[in-house]
Amino acid sequence: MTETEIIKMFVGIFILLGAFLSLVAAFGLIRLPDVYTRNHAASKSATLGVMLTLLGTLIYFYFIENHFNSRLLLGIAFIFMTSPVAGHLISRAAYNSGVKLWGKSVVDDLGRDRKKMNHRKS
Amino acid sequence: MAFQILLNFFLAFVWMFLKSSYTPASFFVGYFFGLLIIYVFRRFFDSRFYLVRVNAVAVLFLLFIKELFLANWSVLKLVLRPKLNIKPGIFALPTELKKDWEITVLANLITLTPGTLVVDVSFDNKTLYIHAMDIEDINEAVDSIKNSFEKAIMEVSR
Repeated sequence: MTETEIIKMFVGIFILLGAFLSLVAAFGLIRLPDVYTRNHAASKSATLGVMLTLLGTLIYFYFIENHFNSRLLLGIAFIFMTSPVAGHLISRAAYNSGVKLWGKSVVDDLGRDRKKMNHRKS
Repeated sequence: MAFQILLNFFLAFVWMFLKSSYTPASFFVGYFFGLLIIYVFRRFFDSRFYLVRVNAVAVLFLLFIKELFLANWSVLKLVLRPKLNIKPGIFALPTELKKDWEITVLANLITLTPGTLVVDVSFDNKTLYIHAMDIEDINEAVDSIKNSFEKAIMEVSR
């Protein structure tokens, strides 16, 4: 009896932590100033949030219901692999379509190097 | 490396036939003994003993997990702070890695490091353009990218 209680407690911690991180990601999307900084919040907190929630579900079904769901494991693995790529692609697409950096940004080496290359071409 | 794994499987099957028991347990016992044999004869292969590389992959994976947690912690602190005092910017980072998959893995790792996100890779694969949340404490991030990530990736591909 106590063992299931302990496991349930851990499952609760995992899922609540995941929900909290997703909440932080949502806050970040609203509070941060431009696409690039918002992308930081979206690509990091959302990844770990979803992963922890899925992990909690996996543990719950394995220990309480005695049913190992391999699809949850696959979900964790694919989120882990794809979400950094998605974050990179969104910021790259934003930069290439000319979204400006936030006004208080300090340096922009990419813009400098792009300009240099265009000079050399023309 | 592929040859060694194939040889290991072959030895495991030989063991199964010798014992004439076709259960997964005897397969794993045979695999273990095959591993010992390959370890003893490791000097006669062209490449390294393949468990070394498996170990390097495991180290890289743990590094990924660790960075994911650290990055979340820093984003959490930043987002929940009452005042936003950040100085974002894009800086260039030269890399020593050559192969495409190595740069892909490095870019993914950087995206998961606290406060950094890869925006673009130059055409000659030599420079990564990284957007940083706070350009002032960037030295630390560059240090960990140069010293721990690139080394861990080279350890796998060597």
